[in-house]
Amino acid sequence: MRDDGTVNRAALPAIFNPEDLNALETALEVRDAYGGTVTAISMGPPKAADILRACLFRGADRGVLITDRRAAASDTLATSYILSRAVRTVGRFDFVFAGRQAIDGDTAQVGPQCAEKLGIPQVTYLEQMIHVKDGIARIRRNFGDGWEVVDAPVPLLVTVLGSANRPRPSAARRVMRYKRAQIEAEVAAEVKAELGSASEDERNAETARRVKELAASGLLIDQWSLDDIGADLSRCGLAGSPTKVYRVQSIVLTKEGYTEIPATEEGIRQMIHELVVDRTLG
Amino acid sequence: MIEVNRAGEVWVFAEQQDGVLHDCALELCGKARQLADELGVKAGAVLPGAQMAGLAERLIAQGIDNVYVIEDPRLAHFQTLPYARVLCHLIEKHTPQIVLFGATAMGRDLAPRVASEMRAGMTADCTDLEIKDVEDPRTKEVHKNLLLQIRPAFGGNIIATIVNYDWWPQMATVREGVIPLMEPDAARQGNIIPEPIKLDDSLFVIKLVERHVEERRVNLKGARVIVAGGGGIGSRENFRLIHNLAAAIGGAVGASRAAVDGGYIGKEHQVGQTGTTVRPALYIAAGISGAVQHRAGMEESAKIIAINTDKDAPIFSVSHYGIVGDVKKVIPMMIKALKERR
Ligand SMILES: Cc1cc2nc3c(=O)[nH]c(=O)nc-3n(C[C@H](O)[C@H](O)[C@H](O)COP(=O)(O)OP(=O)(O)OC[C@H]3O[C@@H](n4cnc5c(N)ncnc54)[C@H](O)[C@@H]3O)c2cc1C
Repeated sequence: MRDDGTVNRAALPAIFNPEDLNALETALEVRDAYGGTVTAISMGPPKAADILRACLFRGADRGVLITDRRAAASDTLATSYILSRAVRTVGRFDFVFAGRQAIDGDTAQVGPQCAEKLGIPQVTYLEQMIHVKDGIARIRRNFGDGWEVVDAPVPLLVTVLGSANRPRPSAARRVMRYKRAQIEAEVAAEVKAELGSASEDERNAETARRVKELAASGLLIDQWSLDDIGADLSRCGLAGSPTKVYRVQSIVLTKEGYTEIPATEEGIRQMIHELVVDRTLG
Repeated sequence: MIEVNRAGEVWVFAEQQDGVLHDCALELCGKARQLADELGVKAGAVLPGAQMAGLAERLIAQGIDNVYVIEDPRLAHFQTLPYARVLCHLIEKHTPQIVLFGATAMGRDLAPRVASEMRAGMTADCTDLEIKDVEDPRTKEVHKNLLLQIRPAFGGNIIATIVNYDWWPQMATVREGVIPLMEPDAARQGNIIPEPIKLDDSLFVIKLVERHVEERRVNLKGARVIVAGGGGIGSRENFRLIHNLAAAIGGAVGASRAAVDGGYIGKEHQVGQTGTTVRPALYIAAGISGAVQHRAGMEESAKIIAINTDKDAPIFSVSHYGIVGDVKKVIPMMIKALKERR
């Protein structure tokens, strides 16, 4: 964590939020049943390309990474704005699937906020996609104290529960193919390492050549900046984030303040007696 | 966002289903009352739905001054778009300074949508709220009487406090069970204000096909005593010890996530951040390490007994009685002592 209380995500390993895998699986199942393509979109530092490769291994048709320093320190409002711009930039779509919540912030806000920014309805807590017919998705959602089946028109944003499905593993053939998939920043880093002595112009030319080659063989993971998605910078990053971290406290565990009861019959009898006397136990 | 309005009310979204107010909404009324008193403003509740006889009166008895009622047969069943429209319309009209939702399935669906449309800051899953003056460390400007939005964060043992200087209203969802329910006072006076809102049919895009509400079989929230077992119990068979102790003491059975994940007991028994939040008179934590996500759901219990083989387990830090020992030995001793008590 940084001094200003925001989280330095660059210092964290890029890991899949478990429920995002369920969202991806739902998307793949819908595609496999009804056709179309699945585009995986992520936002993060360049190494989040790992996540997109993992999506390609499992069956996604395309990966897009929004990576831009100016997006750092975005809260959920700014994040959902950026993601909605990315979705718009991808183009026409029927479904946006998102994991219900992230494991780290655990706030479950980005899905509904993204739906609002896209101006489309949302269905939260999908447990089962029953079918899609004539532009209407029939979805079973679980709201904790029960479930309901709803019909919702596309385009639609859906948040997916961990219990919805068992995400498919990576397909060996796809791993062989897509382990070479890269974003431009990775290509540039590779070129820099290989051609350290070359001039910057030469390196840029080589990077451009390799990127073109990757694109031609379908192995380029799109890397977009905030400009590429036409984002209004005042709505991104710290400037676009209404919530500020005021204070972060580590919970200090004190070893004082409790009565140690020996694990003996006498000790336990004494404790139960005290609880009866102070009326905790009737 | 709306203008910063320090005379604005403190609002609660009055979640109801089939004419019954959600516990969490009732709890929030007490918090709204307290915050409103500190700020010297009124507490309000937004009550959308159909057939809601008696609900506004109940909200007033729980501490609300102004209940804004939106009655429309199409609002009988919750769906996001029309409910969000109602909230946004009323927020723009009355400019409350704070709007609180329960962190329930409905609240977590609705609140972020409203916050997004209002372009307001929102914090999910708060466990406490306070009012305080806050200085912006960058501009040194002092913002009077801000809402401190307090929540556990980032898995680890961290509590984050979030503020929102001026993208108002200040919005938060609050976890169920963390705010004590106020005694209702039937003599309290308040205003019931019907709000005529035209809701376009195009907002009602979701069609309900079928709905099934499950009775909450486990009444953890109402239990005076809870005996909870964790990963340290070791197996589903050993978990009988927990059931036996609960039976001997007359309590309900709770569990940590490790016990649920291990298949020792059903998910509906889970206590903690992603389970139920409880505050019984006595909570017995057996073979539970006391991870922050578990403690968040039980540390407000009046008395806590922890049983753990590891003397450094974090659970002891929130306990009143600590027993360092093996549950398989300690629990039978407890059952014996309970049977022998007079
Ligand atoms: C987003 C998120 C949400 C979560 N929500 C929840 C939640 O709602 N509720 C929840 O509980 N957890 C939750 N967790 C999980 C939490 O972080 C812990 O993993 C979990 O609480 C661990 O359960 P435990 O202490 O029972 O198990 P363990 O970590 O396995 O601990 C077992 C304990 O038992 C002790 N022990 C072992 N053998 C014995 C014995 N024979 N006698 C006595 N003691 C023994 C050990 O010393 C240890 O302290 C959540 C985690 C995340 C990331």
